[in-house]
Amino acid sequence: MYNEMTGDDGAVRLPYDKVEEWIRTSGVDLLKLRQTEAEAIFRKIGITFAVYGEGGDPERLIPFDLIPRVFGASEWRRLSRGIKQRSRALNAFLYDVYHRGEIMRAGIIPEELVYRNEAFLPEMIGVDPPGRIYSHIVGVDIVRTNGKDFHVLEDNCRTPSGVSYMLENREIMMRMFPQLFAAGIVEAVDSYPEMLKKTLQEVAPIKCEDDPTVVLLTPGSLNSAYYEHSFLADLMGIELVEPQDLFIENGLCWMRTTRGPQRVDVIYRRIDDSYIDPLAFRPDSLLGVPGIFDVYRSGGVTLCSAPGAGVADDKAIYVFAPDMIKFYLGEKPILENIQTWRCAVKDDLAYVLANLKDLVVKRVHGSGGYGMLIGPHATKKEIEAFRAKIKEKPSEFIAQPTLDLSTAPILGEAGVEQRHVDFRPFCLVGREIRLAPGGLTRVALKKGSLVVNSSQGGGVKDTWILAD
Amino acid sequence: MLSRTAQNLFWMGRYIERADATARIIEMGHRMAMLPGSNEMEEWRSVALASGSAPDLAGEEDITPAQVIHRLLIDADNFSSIRSCLASARANGRAIRTALTQDMWEALNDGWRQLGEMDPETARRSLLALLEWTKNRTAAFRGAAEGSLLRNDGYFFLRLGGLIERADMTLRLLDVKYYVLLPETDVVGGGRDYHQWTSVLRATSALRAYHHVYKGDYSPWGIADFLILNSIFPRSVSYCYRAILRFLEDLAELYGERSACHDTCAAMVAQLDELEIERLFQSGLHEFIDGAIVTTQRLSGEISRAYHF
Repeated sequence: MYNEMTGDDGAVRLPYDKVEEWIRTSGVDLLKLRQTEAEAIFRKIGITFAVYGEGGDPERLIPFDLIPRVFGASEWRRLSRGIKQRSRALNAFLYDVYHRGEIMRAGIIPEELVYRNEAFLPEMIGVDPPGRIYSHIVGVDIVRTNGKDFHVLEDNCRTPSGVSYMLENREIMMRMFPQLFAAGIVEAVDSYPEMLKKTLQEVAPIKCEDDPTVVLLTPGSLNSAYYEHSFLADLMGIELVEPQDLFIENGLCWMRTTRGPQRVDVIYRRIDDSYIDPLAFRPDSLLGVPGIFDVYRSGGVTLCSAPGAGVADDKAIYVFAPDMIKFYLGEKPILENIQTWRCAVKDDLAYVLANLKDLVVKRVHGSGGYGMLIGPHATKKEIEAFRAKIKEKPSEFIAQPTLDLSTAPILGEAGVEQRHVDFRPFCLVGREIRLAPGGLTRVALKKGSLVVNSSQGGGVKDTWILAD
Repeated sequence: MLSRTAQNLFWMGRYIERADATARIIEMGHRMAMLPGSNEMEEWRSVALASGSAPDLAGEEDITPAQVIHRLLIDADNFSSIRSCLASARANGRAIRTALTQDMWEALNDGWRQLGEMDPETARRSLLALLEWTKNRTAAFRGAAEGSLLRNDGYFFLRLGGLIERADMTLRLLDVKYYVLLPETDVVGGGRDYHQWTSVLRATSALRAYHHVYKGDYSPWGIADFLILNSIFPRSVSYCYRAILRFLEDLAELYGERSACHDTCAAMVAQLDELEIERLFQSGLHEFIDGAIVTTQRLSGEISRAYHF
């Protein structure tokens, strides 16, 4: 098992020497004390995360682990190039999907996988979003299993969340341990909100005549990511609107203000496609803005991400991301995928069913770590129940080997312990592609667990990119 | 500014003020009930009345201090209890997180759960500490707003809500206690004395302030004058209305538009400026108070309409 701090051989890796020294000289007791303080600060600031369907405290804290996860400068250079490359290819793919469909015609991606996909929106065919950009914020989940390679585990093209933790975790660390950052060895992440705002301004709709008015659309304060919505709106200095604050008139989108209606040009929406417009999509949606989709199509307002962008982060489509990079960019993929079996393919299905106890099986459209099977950790009964589900609708599932995710040190009950981690950077796609040097490291706090999702007992860490 | 944001700020201002005023009224009751010769039940009855949120309780024949304290302090079903006010203020703040500064949010967020987790007996035992805590929280919030919030429309709406609520609370207190202030010749129930008069001042934390202005001459005229017409006491009706007018004028200047609320408020300020306390007593203190309560309610509605919330 690869350890982020000590590699394969147990010797502290160069990027970690500062962190290792800090742990050693502070001592576990002091660090634990500081950990409690950090939690109190989080609670006070109000950084919380609700978990759907679990009841209990609606404003739970995401556990924060003090020990940073570190990438060296050269590791980051490679990651950064790979992430940007992938984000470009995913956007090129989305444009293709809603226009000529060349990659399907070339026989590289099966047509039915795209056009019968739940996230595919026929209404988007022929629509030209500003800059041909569909996914403006791409969250590429990255894992490592050895000292050599990084792999992409998943793409998130709709509204990846967690970037507020990247910023807040750093704030807390700098507030509590200023001496760690004194030497300027860690790249700063606080330019992210400014980069995001620029990105959003760059995709103003054709009908926008002035400086674009950008807003962040949230479902409301009961949403699990509401803290992040308000945090980002605040840092960008834009209005945080709820659907009832918006309305459509004369082919344009307006918000209700104390001075009367004000025009809205770009909407960074944190609401799912199906809820955004009850006239175009789910008629029972109470969240949406009736008529907004028509205004979007006619260039009156820009929605970020574009409706229908989800077709690119589907887990069955994921399999083809390296092919997209070759097809659209003519480049060799810098980051490879994890080996994946698509249960829709006959041979793959047979293999998956025969090896369920060793595999991780995921729903094609699932997210948040819900409804998946982790073979090695499942009971016989659970495996059989899952087998039945897969057989019923094979195309709904993919399978991957149970990854030996790298571990990183955390501050546990018994002192410094090792837990599995992954990494989500947030790549911004506007007229240019921007990537803040950092991201969110998620950690599975339960011993031995491989699930890092915050909805399933995962925690977060500060992530350091070392300066050159 | 979003209309919803303005609305939330306005009501946050009201809730914070109501929590604060309710704490002061309970404190008054607690103190009055301890005085020798006082009728404990009657004192708590008048607390229930003055709070404006427990008229049914006040109307019952037998009431206990525990009942009143429970209702006004921690009752989740009473939307004007201190607990509900603080929870509502926080919920409003959370819904418009971006319109608050970090300091304001921390003041709202800090310790808000504790009243919700408290049983009535504990609440009663630690009553004074809880009231003190409430006043501290509201003061911290106001202080954070004063010290960190931009002086734009958001600030104006927040202050307008607080001032409307404050004027309303002072008027309601006078409404309940006006008989205490009536001159000896107009007999409405007995028991008027120094303690009763000062209780009215206590409920608005005005005892010392009154002392400074009137040099210790406790008279019903003086007290009514102080709470209604004094232009420098920050809880007097006159002070509140002048301040409301100022913020409404700020808004008018910012937006370049005036509405019915401006006229209503200006008319009330003009009326208060002209009034003299002797004439007020002659023409009927109670009628004036009733009228002012109605005007305040109307003004609140007119502000909502003018700014689309």
